[in-house]
Amino acid sequence: MDAFLEVAGLTKAFPGVIANDHVDLTLRQGEVHAILGENGAGKSTLMKLIYGLYQPDSGEIRLEGKPVHFNSPRDAIRAGIGMVHQHFMLIPALTVADNVVLGDEPGGFRYDRKEAIRRVRALSEQYRLTVDPTVKIGSLTVGLQQRVEILKAFYREAKLLILDEPTALLTPQETEELFVVVRHLKDQGIPVLFISHKLDEVRDIADRVTVMRAGKTVGSVQVKGTTSQELANLMVGRDVVLRIDKQPLNAGASVLDVENVSVQGHDKHERVKGVSFSVRAGEIFGIAGIDGNGQFELVDAIAGLAKVVGGTVRFNGQDITRLSPAKRTQSGIAYVPQDRQADGLVLDFDLVENTILRDFRRKPFSSGGWLRASAARVYAESLIKRFDVRPPNASRKAGELSGGNQQKVILAREVGRNPSLLIVAQPTRGLDVGAIEGIHRELLKLRDSGKAIILVSLELDEIMSLSDRIGVIHDGQLLEIVDGPSATREQLGLLMTGIHPEDGMPLAVGTETSSSAPSSPKETGGQS
Amino acid sequence: MSFLASPQLWAGTLSLAVPLALPALGGTFSERTGVVNIAMEGIMLIGAFFAAACSHWTGSAWLGLLAAMVAGALIAWVFAWAAIRLAADQVVLGMAINIFGAGITAFLLNTIFGYNGTPTSTPSLPNITIPAIANVPVLGWFFHQQSVLVYVMLALVIAAHYFLFHTRLGLRMRAVGENPLAADTLGLNVWRLRYTGVIIGGVLSAIGGAYLSIGILNSFDVNMTNGRGYIALAAMIFGKWTPYGAFGAAMLFAFATSLADVLQGNVIPTDLLSMLPYALTVLALAGLVGRSTAPAADGIPYTLER
Repeated sequence: MDAFLEVAGLTKAFPGVIANDHVDLTLRQGEVHAILGENGAGKSTLMKLIYGLYQPDSGEIRLEGKPVHFNSPRDAIRAGIGMVHQHFMLIPALTVADNVVLGDEPGGFRYDRKEAIRRVRALSEQYRLTVDPTVKIGSLTVGLQQRVEILKAFYREAKLLILDEPTALLTPQETEELFVVVRHLKDQGIPVLFISHKLDEVRDIADRVTVMRAGKTVGSVQVKGTTSQELANLMVGRDVVLRIDKQPLNAGASVLDVENVSVQGHDKHERVKGVSFSVRAGEIFGIAGIDGNGQFELVDAIAGLAKVVGGTVRFNGQDITRLSPAKRTQSGIAYVPQDRQADGLVLDFDLVENTILRDFRRKPFSSGGWLRASAARVYAESLIKRFDVRPPNASRKAGELSGGNQQKVILAREVGRNPSLLIVAQPTRGLDVGAIEGIHRELLKLRDSGKAIILVSLELDEIMSLSDRIGVIHDGQLLEIVDGPSATREQLGLLMTGIHPEDGMPLAVGTETSSSAPSSPKETGGQS
Repeated sequence: MSFLASPQLWAGTLSLAVPLALPALGGTFSERTGVVNIAMEGIMLIGAFFAAACSHWTGSAWLGLLAAMVAGALIAWVFAWAAIRLAADQVVLGMAINIFGAGITAFLLNTIFGYNGTPTSTPSLPNITIPAIANVPVLGWFFHQQSVLVYVMLALVIAAHYFLFHTRLGLRMRAVGENPLAADTLGLNVWRLRYTGVIIGGVLSAIGGAYLSIGILNSFDVNMTNGRGYIALAAMIFGKWTPYGAFGAAMLFAFATSLADVLQGNVIPTDLLSMLPYALTVLALAGLVGRSTAPAADGIPYTLER
């Protein structure tokens, strides 16, 4: 097979760091090629070099055998390189058609809007990227916005598509749809560069994979015949434990009792419908489910951030259903929200301020209305040390840290208050393999020290490797609570889509709410 | 309610709308490309002064208008340079231009023309009457004895709408006001488009100023804009950053002022009536007409890291 794009010895240094150090890459005609690496491994820098956003210090890029030099993305686009950035380059206030044709609009002085719509419609049929060209971008889902980005590339006659962490913001269904599109492109002979740090999806979609670590390419391998473990080890540079060994469960008394709780979402719709479960000291209770099935509303309600419209929440025997979030915090509930940058941290505050966000009103962090900066700093520094936050500098702004270290800071703040219940939502979203391992170890340590933990995650593997018991939520109902160590992917996957494995029948809405269901309607499994 | 049938009320409304609609239109152009522009007041004053001065020196009000446009473009260019190239704070910059405009025009008036102000012989722009319009019932009331700039303003409103929403350049200008990085990656020249928006805005504001000095009068007075640049700012927001919206808002504010003029000497105290446009401004901005959303990148300088 011919090489479509070749990168040889590409080097780019920024003050203090060599982001790309003699990077080599060969993309063959018509293949899906993944670039796998941890955050900070230099994947994005490499893409920006290929796309003309950065200029290399040395090395060469060859397109179809000819050396090319891009001064700006314009040159790269002209040469037939299409790129979908991780953060979309779209204009929400404009329509799909406007966004696609911008910079190369049909018409003379006048903008020929009709022609633009016609062309976009034709492209979306050709590449099976269904989207209405006349709607505003702002009203589209993330998955559809991504399609518009891909259309933008093909409107400019891209011969190669680069997808930078394309699944980071997608739901599992949207990811599946994207993969269908990518496979279709491959069938049409269009090579795709697929940037990712997720092993599973790389194995799912790519033909070959080039692994990057610390700015260098450590090797290219054929996906077929390579195990996830081998890829993970290549990526991190040491043996990674994908599934951590756990201590045996040593559960204590019940800490949290949720009884028949219903929760209203922000849109006034009932998102959680009569859910009951309890969590004991020293266990991790996982909540598995497809995004949008009420799992986040449920934990928001336990933390006091969503409106409970029915049922009771008891914490250490005390009814807390109507308590304010602050009171719940004081009584020993800690919460790590799913969006760490929006809800977990104040990015413009330094680590000292962020670690005392919940406690700044109390001694020793303040007295008589004055903040005691030195006490706060001592505390922050002790947490930074204990949780190995890097760089270990309390004066850094939270926004300057990597995602993994931001998560450590939140975890440190919450755990540092010595809570008896810790709720963590999506604790490793967007983190790389090394960082995930660190967070997982921390959570298990907390479990072994007798904390009750609720873990909500959209990653089934995460739920399965950590949880002692797993509650599966579907359409706001807890369908079943299963034993963690003996649960299988297939069993959970079926439950997540609302199907009970025993009878193979989709559950009617509004039937089962119980936690253990030794299944009554067995006879419905037979013929009519 | 007989005053509602008086041509004076409606002619006054349209006339008073000119020095609001033009700078509001100017602000719209600037902010659509992503540069917050509160400097309309200062640019209007500069336009008003140079219109009167050049009208007097050359003996031609048309050359006065041209001088105002050139002066407006120049001051807007300075503003654009500081806001775009130097990435200075646009609100502070706008305030600085307002203060500078008030100061420099007062200074020039006194040094050049002395304390008597611009000579009474200064020519002004003509009024015109188009019979086809003037004889239409009701509509004719609006166009009773209007300056040529009234017609120019109306034409500019329509042209601005067409330009912003139906031309390729207009689409590009709106794009850089929403997401300059996206526009840049598609090969648009963000800085040049922003310069264009700000300078068009300066020219329009300056014509608004010229209307005050050589449109309805034939002289320049210190601080003769009297806050109209700020009301225009409100009209721009009220009009949701669209030309027709800006014009509509300007007409509403102008109507309130005109009403106060017509009802003078009536039972209602004049001071209360002259408060009307300002009260309307507050109500409008308090969200009476629904929330208006500024262009997403409005006020954020665009800097490149290469």
